[in-house]
Amino acid sequence: MARSAGPITGLAGAASVALLALLTLGTLGAVAWRAEGVSGLGPADWYAIRFTVLQALASAAISVVCAIPLARALARRRFPGRGLLIALLGAPFILPVIVAVLGLVAVFGRQGIVNDLGAVLGLPQIVLYGPQGVILAHVFFNLPLATRFLLQGWLAIPAEQFRLAASLGFDGASMRRHLEWPMLRATVPGAFLAIFLICLTSFAVALAVGGGPRATTIELRIYELFRFDFALGDAALMACVQFAICTGVALVALVVTVPKVSMAGLDGIVARWDQRGRVSVTLDAAVIVAAALFLLVPMGVVLARGVPMMAALPASVWWAAVTSLGVAMVSTALALTLALSLALWTARGGRVAVGLTEAMGALVLTASPLVMGTGLFILLFGWTNPTALALPVTAVINAAVTVPFALRVLAPAAREVEDVYGRLSASLGLSGWARMRLLVLPRLRRPLGFTAGLAAALSMGDLGVIALFSTGDTETLPLAMYRLMTAYRTDMAAGAALLLVLLSFGLFWLFDRGGRVDADA
Amino acid sequence: MLTLEDVQVTRGAFTLAANWSLEPGARCAVLGPSGGGKSTLLNAIAGFDPLTAGRLVIDGIDMGDTAPGDRPISVVFQETNLFPHLSVWQNTALGVNPRLSLSAQDRQAIGDVLERVGLGAMHDRKPGALSGGQRARVALARVLLRARPWLLLDEAFSALGPSLKTEMFALLDEVLAETGAGLLMVTHDPLEAARMDQIIVVDGGRAEPPVEAQGLLADPPPHLKAYLG
Repeated sequence: MARSAGPITGLAGAASVALLALLTLGTLGAVAWRAEGVSGLGPADWYAIRFTVLQALASAAISVVCAIPLARALARRRFPGRGLLIALLGAPFILPVIVAVLGLVAVFGRQGIVNDLGAVLGLPQIVLYGPQGVILAHVFFNLPLATRFLLQGWLAIPAEQFRLAASLGFDGASMRRHLEWPMLRATVPGAFLAIFLICLTSFAVALAVGGGPRATTIELRIYELFRFDFALGDAALMACVQFAICTGVALVALVVTVPKVSMAGLDGIVARWDQRGRVSVTLDAAVIVAAALFLLVPMGVVLARGVPMMAALPASVWWAAVTSLGVAMVSTALALTLALSLALWTARGGRVAVGLTEAMGALVLTASPLVMGTGLFILLFGWTNPTALALPVTAVINAAVTVPFALRVLAPAAREVEDVYGRLSASLGLSGWARMRLLVLPRLRRPLGFTAGLAAALSMGDLGVIALFSTGDTETLPLAMYRLMTAYRTDMAAGAALLLVLLSFGLFWLFDRGGRVDADA
Repeated sequence: MLTLEDVQVTRGAFTLAANWSLEPGARCAVLGPSGGGKSTLLNAIAGFDPLTAGRLVIDGIDMGDTAPGDRPISVVFQETNLFPHLSVWQNTALGVNPRLSLSAQDRQAIGDVLERVGLGAMHDRKPGALSGGQRARVALARVLLRARPWLLLDEAFSALGPSLKTEMFALLDEVLAETGAGLLMVTHDPLEAARMDQIIVVDGGRAEPPVEAQGLLADPPPHLKAYLG
């Protein structure tokens, strides 16, 4: 079939690509252009590069290794709350980073539960701040992701194979060798790479529990260079380094297929006729309980501490919440516009559109949001008064960062609409806005709702660009919460954390549900 | 008059050639084995596949790259003739105006047509709540409203049971009588083809000129005989 995109589809798609190119490459160029001399990579920069790579390696390795027994236990055991636990494994994606950090502090910090217990038992104190804190937080976020990757792999092993293995009398070792090991060999490298890439560009975690020469990531170093040294050139250089490392990893990822986590469908259970022994059941139970404790206790503690503080939150925190809601709404609208334009363009526009859109998605994932923000200021306004524009710029950057994730959901859905209804709508002469209103929007309602929820929650919880430019009076809720934390007002921070979680997940729920209500199959 | 002048349609390694014309109001089956090019022929006439060579002239106008919706043609596909998120009424109304901006007269006409095809009480139903036969009726109701001079059916009734099929052909006769449209109907079923006046045999990348149906089926040439068995 002739797939010719309408003029508006083509224009909107090309404009979206241009905007994303401007936000990534354009801003990088702008920062480099305004840089007054690049002093080259100093020792602090080299430390940051080394630490970034090492912590990402460690975080990815620990996440994946711990995910293996957890995913296996979840794949083969049936217990009450299993579905809920698996659903919760998807939650960290929209959980504000700063909230999780506060939870980890409450459990592993100096006055946390673990150290209290340790003191009773006479164990030495655990220090959270530093490399171990950064890695711990990354594992907290990525263990669930790795588990979802691997669980998907386990559930993808055909049930017939397990049945055949059982009829042949495989023992545990044979089962691992013939069924599970091949699956892991196919799944683990991709999962490792995906998490490695995520941890490479980490900012908020490093800001909150890292810092200093021992635990500064590249992204945090960029922040320091901007905010404290005002060294635009060096910041741009570090951004290039980050870009180069991420691109290298992304190229490796092209060779190793990175699995795609589906949004649903992890509720099956692998029927097994082995592993019924008491030892194996106990081990699986221990793994599941340990993982659930690790993931749930920090959140539980923060939210429980937050409840009594909600009423006592100062007006500034509520204002920050209102500000964040505004930023999130603008960001969501922009993210949806960009992602929908690109999705429709790729569905109808052929190879060039697909290639350009995929390239932009990869570029956005590897770009530094801090450099994007700074470059945007330079491009639009010169380096005059960035604080006044901190919020709009934050909204724009948040939207851009969401686009790759939104596209993963919207692009296949748009393609399907085109494949199934393209000819019918063409034969009826459905085009332009009527086509959008009567065909595209109704058919894409569910993925659009999900995407909007994602965009809103991600923007709501983001602590990135805003930290760079904000002065005292403009703050978003995550920033307000971070400031309470650094001022050691931990209880108040817990109240803000509860508010932030309610708003983030509330927005996600509202949008996602809006897409589902009354939607026809 | 629907004329294919030295038409060639190339899709990958496959090329379909056709050079013939049909009189207005003709009732013609397109018969042949699968993979022979039946759907390619229909897609080319409907405007979904561009011509690689030749001209398609309908009622004196060269179709060139006229968009499918702007051709003097209605199409009923084998599947997906209705949008599942729109009601029966909306799906039908698309035949009057794809933007669904309708005058009172249009609304009256839509109601009348739905009444005629026996769906008067189902305006607000979604296609998911209809039977296969009812869905086909909605599609035919829309064909009535569009009232284009040519109707293409792409195995539109092949999924229906025998009695429903008979019913649909009766309704189709009504539609054709009322609109005076010519019909080009893709089928792999010789019994369906026998209901038509003419047959175009499509096989091995060639759409042969239309011939009189009964004569052809009574005494099929060797390659058609092989297909009919």
